[in-house]
Amino acid sequence: MATLYIDNQPYEVTSGNNLLETCLTLGFDLPYFCWHPAMGSVGACRQCAIKVYKDENDKKGKLVMSCMEPVTNNQRISITDAEAKEFREEIIGWLMTNHPHDCAVCDEGGSCHLQDMTVMTGHSYRKFRYKKRTHINQNLGPFINHEMNRCIQCYRCVRFYNDYAGGKDFDVFASRNNVYFGRHEDGVLENEFSGNLSEVCPTGVFTDKTLKQHYTRKWDLTMAPSVCQHCSLGCNTIAGERYGSLRMIANRYHGEVNGYFICDRGRFGYEFVNAPDRVRQPVLNGKTVGRDEIMEEIKKRLKESKVIGIGSPRASIQSNFALKALVGKNNFYHGVSENEHDMAELAIQILKEGPARTPSLKEVESADAIFIMGEDLTNSSPMLALAVRQAVRVKPMKEVIQANIPDWHDYAAREFVQEKKGPLYSATIHGTKLDDIAAQTHYAAPDEIARLGFAVAHRIDSSVPDVENYPDELKKLADTIAEGLKKAERPVVISGLSSESESVMKAAANVAWALNKSNKNTGLVLTMLECNSLGLAMMGGGKLDGAFNAILHSHADTAIIMENDLYRHGSTATVDKFLKMCRQIIVLDHTPNPTMSKAHVIIPAGTFAESDGTLVNNEGRAQRFFQVYEATDVIQESWRWLLNMGVNAGNERMSHWKNFEDITKAISDEEPMLKGVETITPPATYRVAGQRIPREPHRYSGRTAMNAHLNVSEPKPPEDPDSSLSYTMEGYRGLAPSSMIPYFWSPGWNSVQSVNKYQQEVAGHLRGGDPGLRLIEANKNTEPNYFMSVPEFFQPIAGHFWVVWTHHIYGSDELSNKSASVSQRVPKPYVMINPKDAEELKLTEGQLLSFEVLKDVYELPVRINNTIPAGLAAMPYALEGMPATGLPEWGIIKSVDRK
Amino acid sequence: MNGSTMEKPLTQHLREDGKPLSLKEYEQIGGYQALKKVMKMTPQEVQKLVKDSNLKGRGGAGFSTGLKWSFVPMNVPSPKYLIANADEMEPGTFKDRIFLEQTPHQLIEGMIIASFAIQASESFVFLRWAYKTAAAEILKAIHEAHQAGYLGKNILSSGYNLEMHLHTGVGRYMCGEETALLNSLEGKRANPRAKPPFPQVSGLFGRPTIVNNVETLCCLPHIVNNGADWFKKLSLTQDAGTKIYGVSGKVKKPGAWELPMGVTLRELIEEHAGGMQDGLKFRGALPGGASTDFLVEEHLDVKMDFTSVAAVGSRLGTGTVVILDDKTCPVGFVKNLEHFFAQESCGYCTPCREGLPWVEKILQSIESGDGRAEDIKLLDSHTHLLGPGNTFCALAPGAMEPLQSALKYFRDDFEQHVREKGCNYSSKRKLQTTR
Amino acid sequence: MLSKEEIKEIDEAISMVPYKKAASIEALKIVQHHRKWVSDESLKEVAGYLEISADELDSVATFYNLIFRQPVGKHIILVCDSISCWVMGHEKIKEKLSELLNIDYGQTTADGRFTLLPNPCLGTCDCAPAIMVGNDLYRNLKTDELEKILSKYN
Repeated sequence: MATLYIDNQPYEVTSGNNLLETCLTLGFDLPYFCWHPAMGSVGACRQCAIKVYKDENDKKGKLVMSCMEPVTNNQRISITDAEAKEFREEIIGWLMTNHPHDCAVCDEGGSCHLQDMTVMTGHSYRKFRYKKRTHINQNLGPFINHEMNRCIQCYRCVRFYNDYAGGKDFDVFASRNNVYFGRHEDGVLENEFSGNLSEVCPTGVFTDKTLKQHYTRKWDLTMAPSVCQHCSLGCNTIAGERYGSLRMIANRYHGEVNGYFICDRGRFGYEFVNAPDRVRQPVLNGKTVGRDEIMEEIKKRLKESKVIGIGSPRASIQSNFALKALVGKNNFYHGVSENEHDMAELAIQILKEGPARTPSLKEVESADAIFIMGEDLTNSSPMLALAVRQAVRVKPMKEVIQANIPDWHDYAAREFVQEKKGPLYSATIHGTKLDDIAAQTHYAAPDEIARLGFAVAHRIDSSVPDVENYPDELKKLADTIAEGLKKAERPVVISGLSSESESVMKAAANVAWALNKSNKNTGLVLTMLECNSLGLAMMGGGKLDGAFNAILHSHADTAIIMENDLYRHGSTATVDKFLKMCRQIIVLDHTPNPTMSKAHVIIPAGTFAESDGTLVNNEGRAQRFFQVYEATDVIQESWRWLLNMGVNAGNERMSHWKNFEDITKAISDEEPMLKGVETITPPATYRVAGQRIPREPHRYSGRTAMNAHLNVSEPKPPEDPDSSLSYTMEGYRGLAPSSMIPYFWSPGWNSVQSVNKYQQEVAGHLRGGDPGLRLIEANKNTEPNYFMSVPEFFQPIAGHFWVVWTHHIYGSDELSNKSASVSQRVPKPYVMINPKDAEELKLTEGQLLSFEVLKDVYELPVRINNTIPAGLAAMPYALEGMPATGLPEWGIIKSVDRK
Repeated sequence: MNGSTMEKPLTQHLREDGKPLSLKEYEQIGGYQALKKVMKMTPQEVQKLVKDSNLKGRGGAGFSTGLKWSFVPMNVPSPKYLIANADEMEPGTFKDRIFLEQTPHQLIEGMIIASFAIQASESFVFLRWAYKTAAAEILKAIHEAHQAGYLGKNILSSGYNLEMHLHTGVGRYMCGEETALLNSLEGKRANPRAKPPFPQVSGLFGRPTIVNNVETLCCLPHIVNNGADWFKKLSLTQDAGTKIYGVSGKVKKPGAWELPMGVTLRELIEEHAGGMQDGLKFRGALPGGASTDFLVEEHLDVKMDFTSVAAVGSRLGTGTVVILDDKTCPVGFVKNLEHFFAQESCGYCTPCREGLPWVEKILQSIESGDGRAEDIKLLDSHTHLLGPGNTFCALAPGAMEPLQSALKYFRDDFEQHVREKGCNYSSKRKLQTTR
Repeated sequence: MLSKEEIKEIDEAISMVPYKKAASIEALKIVQHHRKWVSDESLKEVAGYLEISADELDSVATFYNLIFRQPVGKHIILVCDSISCWVMGHEKIKEKLSELLNIDYGQTTADGRFTLLPNPCLGTCDCAPAIMVGNDLYRNLKTDELEKILSKYN
């Protein structure tokens, strides 16, 4: 700690931090541009100038950039010094010489960091009277709009895109006052995190192109805290609505999960909510019917049928629980494949009963050695890939600190580090986008990845069985990995479900457990396939096959299928047969899918935007998402429909559950693994000074008129029975509880930079603690119960391929796929094979390979990839027409079409 | 005070025809003797010698060379780097060219000595693109030095190894700034780096690095041969050694000469440069390149050393003087300079990137008759706002030096331009419409 | 495709630095030396060889004024427009060159022989005004010498 005098007032602060960060943490409004809490200082914009004094007798002082100066004890600085203020104002004056002043037509207008800083510095009169420099914009693809003339050259974009996110197709060009930020030629921004440019850019150069298509000023949005639905990491988001459609997803800072960023799937995948083919009315045997009619019909049918319920890994625990309550726990089935089901249970077992703790994303960022097993993270769990990218800097940064270079001194640190990277070992089926930072890569069949894991684990703790007859070259690799992990202070092993290989996950657990014996800081991350895979697995319930059998053997005749396209979890033939045999199929969902097309009854469920719910991410963190807006028509949450059905059917237990809180309390009481989930947000009765937390900013406009075409008298705003958020602009204006921040705003800070005001210290935890409840904590002192069976070595079979998954950030996820912008990035189906196999089959890139797998014949263009081992063929997971379950499996080569 | 009585250690052996001294010729005049001596010394002894000699960097900043070296950590693993800054691009400056073209071996010997002093294992000459002759001569000389055992492994059987490479730049004044030069050598954009960390700690490729000016390095063999005291005594003032001074502009005999540190500006102009051209009067001078404050008539007897020039509010800089005569418009003169600086800004920090083009535009409008009274105030305020420390590197503060002194000494001219809507110098120039 | 010669030279440049990317500027110079300028295709080829993206290389290429990303004439004329040459009347030299060649700064003659560019300081201020044509430096220039100088370059 140090004492810092700011304008002669003493403050106790952390020493070593830079002055800007320190002043912001203390709550001062000190303007800045180029500094970013996640990316450190580079001293480019010169906006954060302050005065530093030698001692208390020094009255003149020296102008310095606060972002570039470390705090020292008894330091004296001034923010309000006239010279410093004049300089800060003139920085804006200079930036404005070329800025086009087009705020009125700029998407950033009103939530613009540049506007805020302009006002903050008091710059209000333009002295520049010459022609402005102009640039030509680029088409950067479906996600990001480019308007270079607005650029203030803070270099944040290029630092984020290249230095932080590892992008390669973006840069700064030219020099002097002609510098240009973009691509070297027009084209789609390839990096999976490009959307963050819209939040990193302090003005309107890079903006959300999807928002532009249904543009709304950010203060005109009704917003609620949400949780991303498009992978298992559970990134916190803000979702904004106007005129009944979802307009935007933005990052919601979480100190442990996603920090300042989210991936493009998460940011741009939301458009399925607005899809024209959304299910908006109940359907009975193909006919649209009213709410009462359908409820009556269901009541009748439930009474006379034997009903099973099939839940979903993409539905909230509330919806799954309500279904379970309605059909009875013996008739409740997880709507996931057997393998997915078993592996999710295995994951829980490993994380709960084993000694290795599962770290948060933030903790992964601070790992100094990482071993990835079987996961193409960039495509399966993108933000985890971004965390890994930061982690490889951890080890070299230790040398930076030793050289007395502060870690926040970004360019200095990077120049010192050069190309050095901490150890990242990656064993995957084929090359991944993290290979550029990996110390070792190994491409192999899933079982071979598992064998490497066993070999590594054995080298760390000999009680893990070694791999017999292991080739020397791989022994050497295992030695290297084991040594690297052993040397680390905070090693992390990452595996998961995407290769759907139990042995890989078990081997990963062995490695982490072996490490944990001597190093209690060892982390083990297991990714899941869906946003609530873990939450669903934490509830009891049968396997999907059980459901099929129940119908097949006439134990039941009616299935309620909730938010689940069974074709993603079972083979086409099985699901076809199952659906055919059901006397009645009742589907609750929001978006049409093949399962729904076979339903007799369709109930329009709300999407996440129209729902309250809780999801459990892969970390075991239960997180609440809030309804953004009341759905139109009769749409409501699945759990609410199910409660209504339960009450209708005379289900005594369910009749006590009136709202979200009641059902969540019941979950906490009845599901041992989900105990405490009702505590993650304040109750619906929560008020601050008698007020709710408003979903709408106080600048929200048009409320009295926006529905005038329907009714000239302003409708009463909806009441929220499920949370203490209001649907209006009225309410408490101060800091909301950290678990229910609908948007970030602070006086003078209209842009997302206002997040500084919500943190205990800059880039730290949210005030009031980071939200969510970790449901799984390992007992680090448990003796590991190693998995002992080493899989057999992988042996290719002539005329066959071992067909495995390859995941795609755009295309493999069910819902984001339907987003108009994301769908433009989805690849066409293909099959990936090794050049040697291609040569043997005399196939060149793009020619058709026909093969049979899972009893279906596929004819797909080949993609020849140097990294996938011979004998393997990778199919894109769940792309249109591609399977989403059953692999890995042997496939038989049928024929080859060389056209 | 001419020729024979005066010692000119750096240039006395230059060939009359301007051709470079071959290795043989250089050895005949005592070349590489200093290196032989150094190879028997410890690095610390060399550092001390140079520190004692009071040699100050000839690139413009005038920082003690020995002291600069002393910040290099000695007990760190290889590599460490030494770089000769031969990116002479300061407008008005043409002194290093002499060494580069005519005594490449003197530079190389100096570089080996400096490298040894900091125990560098690799060295680079960072040469500006336009010096084509120099490039060829340096390459040749490096090769010769290698052949002769002055470079490479186990130099003169001392166990010391040093490699030397030539890198020619591709333009940009910024590359003369030592940290920008490092970025450029790394194959990157020549943006400057923040200091600290200084290159001595984290320089080229993140390794300890020294960047010295060509003239500075050329002094080293002579300091080693003749001692620190001898070097100090060469000077007329407290700043040691000789200095290459130059004069350009409308004088009778523009040129460059090695003279004792501390000759007066008057002596330079009147004795060495032959005085002003007929019919022209001295109005002012930039003492050491484009980024130094004007000196005017009252400063003619100022001693041209780092300390004395600083005392009258300017900088010795590179010691190459640019003359402003009474028929040349000071506004146009400064406008040319500011155009240069605006063009050469790397575009990294706001004040430089946006402030300099604005200054240039204002000067252009004043010169072309579109000036307003408030424009001069804007120029005044820029000279303060773009001062040292306010910008990321020294480019913009350097650009403000001639402007602020012009506004001080030639303010009437600026005001007259505004009042009379344009420039009425007899040699009125048409405005440049460059890039 | 990079020529054998180019690859040899680039390899040599790479051998002098700790990693390939650090040879970016050398590689650009080499390609420009052989091809007069760096086209988009050349840029991509060099970037591929250095295992960096075209964007990363172009960021470097466009920073430096003497890497040409547009076609240039056979001979580059650099007119020093810095202070000493300005004092000594470089404008007349430029005007005369423009008149003789019928081009302005940044342009190339119709026959592709010359490209005219301003250049900050050629480092020969005592012999101002000065220009460079290709690798040749001309000092103490007078406008009436220009025609003869140009005639030396085909």
